[in-house]
Amino acid sequence: MREGSMRRGGWLVVAAVAAAVVTLGLAALLTNIFERRQEARNPFYRVVELNDTITDPAVWGRNFPLQYDAYLRTVDMTRTRYGGSEALPRQPTETDPREEVSFSRLEHDPRLREFWAGYAFAEDFREERGHAYMLSDQIFTERQQVAQQPGTCLHCHASVYVPYKKLGEGDLMAGWEAANQMPYFEAAALAEHPVACIDCHDPETMQLRVTRPGFINGIQALRAFEGVDDYDVNQDATRQEMRTFVCGQCHVEYYFQGPEKRLVYPWAKGLSADSILAYYQENGHTDWTHAISGASALKAQHPEFELYNQGIHARSGVACADCHMPFKREGAMKISDHWVRSPVLNISNACQTCHTQDGEELRARVNQIQDRTYEMRNVAIDATLQLTRAIGEAAAADSANPNLAAARDYQRRAQFLTDFIEAENSMGFHAPQEAMRILGNAVNLARIGHGALRGERLAETAAQVAPEQTVSPGREPGGD
Amino acid sequence: MVRRWLPLAVVLLVGVVVGLGAFTFVYAKGYSYLSNDPSVCANCHIMDEHYAAWMKSSHKTVATCNDCHTPHTALGKYYVKARNGFWHSFYFTTGTFPYPLRITPPNHDVVEDACRYCHEPIVESIDHDVTDAITCTRCHRYVGHWVR
Repeated sequence: MREGSMRRGGWLVVAAVAAAVVTLGLAALLTNIFERRQEARNPFYRVVELNDTITDPAVWGRNFPLQYDAYLRTVDMTRTRYGGSEALPRQPTETDPREEVSFSRLEHDPRLREFWAGYAFAEDFREERGHAYMLSDQIFTERQQVAQQPGTCLHCHASVYVPYKKLGEGDLMAGWEAANQMPYFEAAALAEHPVACIDCHDPETMQLRVTRPGFINGIQALRAFEGVDDYDVNQDATRQEMRTFVCGQCHVEYYFQGPEKRLVYPWAKGLSADSILAYYQENGHTDWTHAISGASALKAQHPEFELYNQGIHARSGVACADCHMPFKREGAMKISDHWVRSPVLNISNACQTCHTQDGEELRARVNQIQDRTYEMRNVAIDATLQLTRAIGEAAAADSANPNLAAARDYQRRAQFLTDFIEAENSMGFHAPQEAMRILGNAVNLARIGHGALRGERLAETAAQVAPEQTVSPGREPGGD
Repeated sequence: MVRRWLPLAVVLLVGVVVGLGAFTFVYAKGYSYLSNDPSVCANCHIMDEHYAAWMKSSHKTVATCNDCHTPHTALGKYYVKARNGFWHSFYFTTGTFPYPLRITPPNHDVVEDACRYCHEPIVESIDHDVTDAITCTRCHRYVGHWVR
């Protein structure tokens, strides 16, 4: 009798627990549905009035908390196979208070010290970190100690839209010209934030916009070359183009023109590495005199926009933001991820929206492309360096050697093409075949340069056979 | 003493479960999932983009959500609806699901059977006992609701 009632009591307890668990689940489901409905009802709350003078992203973030949260995460440091950055501890010094830095590319590949000998990059060159660090990493790089840098650099290392407009008394272009001519630290004192909301968004409509004079002028020169006059990017570009152009404001090759240190994107002859090199060959621009060979050398910067435009993703109408700021879900909302980072760190959202293979397979494909490019990059650096050293030795033996000038020009060209892929931040991924073509041409120029140094005139293979792709060839994404 | 209030408490608890369940079911328009109307599948916001893509797809005029995503037997249809209803509720509540959404293997089998249900005459002539190796959607993945 007693035992039976115990058993019944036991079952009742089990039933009670089960009922509680189910109730818990139902309550969670109910509140979840309720929350999603509330979110969908009003996706945007205007808490502050934004205008064209507010740089501080925290103020914009009050209206757009989800985007702002993601934007703040660019402080994260994560290594990828060929890029990204892990946080390395560092002893702060008087000129550089940073306690964490990313790894030194010069220690990783000591050949680069020779490659850029005589230029500030041979002193300090680290892997780039997230957007959050763009201003501080530039202020504290050792390159600031070994060379006097112009205010032009701020164009892409700070939120300069409001400072430029202030400096130009309302005229963005005038303010930019003025800032270019200031010493770096004087111009840096005008800026407070790394890239901010206002640099890419209109404060009234949130529409994408280009605010960087370098890109406004550069794309206009490119379009003029293609036969389109008076191109105004903020009026004439499509929405999908703008999702690439806002990134192209800075992720590009550039140089400082003349004593006024005017920032110019060298696109007046086209956008490929060959077109840009042809532009420099014509105007004779030189970044520095190479310390080993005496060549008038060129430093390629970070031509992500240019290389991407020669690739299959650009051809298919995929924008930078599609992979680097893919759409994500936050409750009932679908927003673009403002945590700008390598797609390899976010394969699910970045790649698998279009590519249905599993994540590991996609990662393996990226690795294969990058490993192959890296191998060829190493070959091209060696080829260029061997020519550089040979010229240096020949010049030391006889500084009046009549073959030096021709050989130095070949080195200049080989070096630029090699650096174009070395400095580009995708290790070939943005346009794999184009990257290999450029590196192959670099090795060839180094080979011909050795001949020139001996007084031989080896035939140069006629350059680019396939015409380069124009920006945004215009195919819609998602087609098969 | 215990014998007297324990059954009462359990009955109360069960009543709460049933009541809360019924309220949630009605509030979330759970009953609408019993219908064939494609718009009710977009009751949850996450399905909006798939619903929009289906509207533009080649199959819009010939197949609704249920035609491809539930079996063509009465029992199978409601079993699959119940199974997916439970797991959707579970994953959307906990938030532990991959995005972009991808189909699970059992649900993909349902789709594969649905393709063959209508296209059997064509499939029959090309299907050579390699059904495990190749599925319809491997090539024809754009026909239903291709997002992007």
